[in-house]
Amino acid sequence: MSGRVGVVVFPGSNCERDAAKALAALGADVEMLWHAEASVRGCDAVVVPGGFAHGDYLRPGAIARFSPVMEAVAGFARDGGPVLGICNGFQVLTEAGLLPGALQKNRGLKFLCMTVAVRVETDRSALTGGVPVGRVLDIPVNHFEGNYTCSPSTLADLRADDRVVLRYLDNPNGSVDDIAGICSPGRNVVGLMPHPERASDPLVGSGDGAALLASFLAAAAAGAGPVAAR
Amino acid sequence: MLVEIRLRPGIADPQGSTIERALPALGFDGFSGVGVGKAIRFAVDGPDEDSARARVEELCRRFLANPVIEDAEVTLSAAGTP
Repeated sequence: MSGRVGVVVFPGSNCERDAAKALAALGADVEMLWHAEASVRGCDAVVVPGGFAHGDYLRPGAIARFSPVMEAVAGFARDGGPVLGICNGFQVLTEAGLLPGALQKNRGLKFLCMTVAVRVETDRSALTGGVPVGRVLDIPVNHFEGNYTCSPSTLADLRADDRVVLRYLDNPNGSVDDIAGICSPGRNVVGLMPHPERASDPLVGSGDGAALLASFLAAAAAGAGPVAAR
Repeated sequence: MLVEIRLRPGIADPQGSTIERALPALGFDGFSGVGVGKAIRFAVDGPDEDSARARVEELCRRFLANPVIEDAEVTLSAAGTP
């Protein structure tokens, strides 16, 4: 399934090329979107990749959310366009208010770089539409601030609306309710701490991330609009 | 102008607890409740204290603190005072 995917590049992003390569291998036409541009250039989907946007100064994502491109990404998301935030990209999306909650320092104060098992909790999201619920995927994490937290009422909403997209089988970082990824009320904006682009081929240890990215490209090809309504 | 950012009650503070655990080994007994936050200092122009404070509190809400996990406390002093 092809489609034009924009990958946002902030000063300090470092996973944009991995993301571009993994998406291109699945047939996507990938374009880099420099953070200072106030446009997503008509792309069918947007990926906010991992890294340390703006040096993670103040807080991860705190400054990146004010980059001109984020206003365009927010508009694209409001119109139902598929947006995927990976790791630092997830942090950026929470700071921008496109996803609820926040990512705090890992329980145990350790930077974590390891492959973890995550379970797909819903197939009603732009990232998991083509992946069966209950499937367990091996995907690497690589973060210091990946401990998802939110207010009890937000957690209740996420659970009631089936918006927890992925859960850790063995929680590595202290995230509330073992949450590894969530989606927006429209289900088109998804954020996750694991890196599917680093599990894009068995040659690199796991190909499980490719299933998620293929599903994301299918959502992009289906066009904008609430994912739940498709 | 001084803005102090603290983690909200109930939010894990691994830096604070690591420091607290290290203190007895250094011979500093009797310390508790160690918390690590941020102090941000700057000057701001404004006609009076209330309007300056209101602008800084808005800045805290929108940028300097993340209300999901952090509280901000603003301390104001007239220009030229420490």
